[in-house]
Amino acid sequence: MPAWLDDFLWTYQNLINTLGVNGLLALSMYVVLAVGQLSLGQAAFMGLGAYSSALMTMKLHLPFFVVLPASCVVPVLFALAIGVPTLRLSGVYLAIATIGLGEVLRTVYLNVDLVGGALGLNGIPERAEAWMIYGLLVVAIAALWLIGRSHVGRAMEAMRQDPVAASVMGVDVQRYQLGALLASAVLAGIAGCLSAHQSSFIGPNEYGFEPAVTILSFALLGGIGTPVASVVGAFILTLLPELLRGFSDLRLVFNGLIIVAAVLFLPRGLVALRMRRRAA
Amino acid sequence: MSLLQTEGLTRRYAGLVAVDAVTLAVPQGGVHAVIGPNGAGKTTFFNMLSGLVPPSEGTMRFAGQDITRGKAHRRAALGMARTFQNIRVFTEMTVLENVLTGLHAGMACGLAGVVLRLSGFRRAERAAVVASRAALDAVGLADHADALSGSLSYGDQRRLEIARAMVAKPRLLLLDEPAAGMNPAETESLAGLVRRIADGGTTVLLVEHDMGFVMGLSDSVSVLNFGRLIYSGTPAQARSEPAVVEAYLGARLAEKLRARHG
Ligand SMILES: Nc1ncnc2c1ncn2[C@@H]1O[C@H](COP(=O)(O)OP(=O)(O)OP(=O)(O)O)[C@@H](O)[C@H]1O
Ligand SMILES: [Mg+2]
Repeated sequence: MPAWLDDFLWTYQNLINTLGVNGLLALSMYVVLAVGQLSLGQAAFMGLGAYSSALMTMKLHLPFFVVLPASCVVPVLFALAIGVPTLRLSGVYLAIATIGLGEVLRTVYLNVDLVGGALGLNGIPERAEAWMIYGLLVVAIAALWLIGRSHVGRAMEAMRQDPVAASVMGVDVQRYQLGALLASAVLAGIAGCLSAHQSSFIGPNEYGFEPAVTILSFALLGGIGTPVASVVGAFILTLLPELLRGFSDLRLVFNGLIIVAAVLFLPRGLVALRMRRRAA
Repeated sequence: MSLLQTEGLTRRYAGLVAVDAVTLAVPQGGVHAVIGPNGAGKTTFFNMLSGLVPPSEGTMRFAGQDITRGKAHRRAALGMARTFQNIRVFTEMTVLENVLTGLHAGMACGLAGVVLRLSGFRRAERAAVVASRAALDAVGLADHADALSGSLSYGDQRRLEIARAMVAKPRLLLLDEPAAGMNPAETESLAGLVRRIADGGTTVLLVEHDMGFVMGLSDSVSVLNFGRLIYSGTPAQARSEPAVVEAYLGARLAEKLRARHG
């Protein structure tokens, strides 16, 4: 590796890792929006992945190659517990239930000693490497892109546009909605694990409402026409505050403005590409 | 034995009975019409048949199976397809992609096969595209395969819906007012299309207000009025059936009164 690249990576290591993690979070949002659902639970799923994986590493001393895949188990269980009852009802219920989940979990983290209470967990071994983060990001993008160009992707797009017509075409809409929620919990959980194992510290306030809105704005800014679009949104929204320092205080305001602007002026996002929905 | 059989099929909404104890048998083969004045319950009847609205009472059998409690998405695999009175094409998909969704029930390949692009998946996708192009050809939309569906004219969107419903070669096709909004030339070519569909072995059950279309095409006619089935028989006899004439005259009279008195 040339010296300048080494220097560059060293200086910006944290930012580079954060970009990749946020890309995974954007994908976890994309999966839900792509079937026409709205979840504000991505940050909560991420927190469950972060806390459960940190405990597996620190208390159970499990190796990272076990911890990483296992980090999606707890988020998936919570997604099942929330998705099964709410997806029978109209779409709003999932959004509300997932907001609630984030707030409930924050209170739990604050009050449970095992997870460090208000102090959070410190000294998590830094085991997440950039190659793992970007490897998983590339695999996730490729898998979602391949799925998008198949009968599964057509079913997702059909139910996003018109769930009634999709069900008449034979799409089991509820099953797809639950599947998408579980996939999004897996992606967010793994992102949580990776972020916990690269920053060495996690706290109860990192997975509340504000990050949930930020993750939503990744996908709204980039668009959900293709999986890459949402990742582009995540990259822009992660880099902007770095470029405009001092501006980070206004982050939530900025994210709110982006959501409003995206809905009003860019309903298809910045990357308003339409995916070809067939493989042949 | 009949392909479709309803027994006392009823749907109530707060304060009204949209479909009232309808017992109807649709035989295998041919074109069958359900007619009736506005608000008679025709669409509600179709919605129950296709599993979108659960019946309040009664039962339905289709192709030898009880489908009373079955979900909408199961109907496709059983061989039932439909179009909608207010067109429901996926406007942000291409014409070809729309038709491909009509084959969803038959696409068996799992996620692993999709992601790994296994040969079974690729074969199924290729076959689906071939079948979809043929279905578009049959409705005269082959040249528009790659257009966005939302950009099609109204009449073409109706044809697209028919292609999407027909691509899986269903046993029963439900058409809810297929000629609505079409000009006489389009209506005539639609009649030819429906005839060809029936000749191809798919039973057609259609709702339509255009009486010329219904009378010239249908092997049997059933008349709904205020949710009740008041006639079921040949189209010729329907014209001379007092209850039918009365229902239509009543509806027309009511319309005239509304027009005159606001
Ligand atoms: N979801 C609903 N809630 C309440 N009432 C309904 C609902 N759907 C239909 N209705 C009522 O049921 C009756 C039958 O409606 P339906 O749409 O089945 O009639 P239709 O015969 O298809 O009429 P048209 O020829 O105008 O399409 C109408 O009075 C309608 O207002
Ligand atoms: Mg109707």
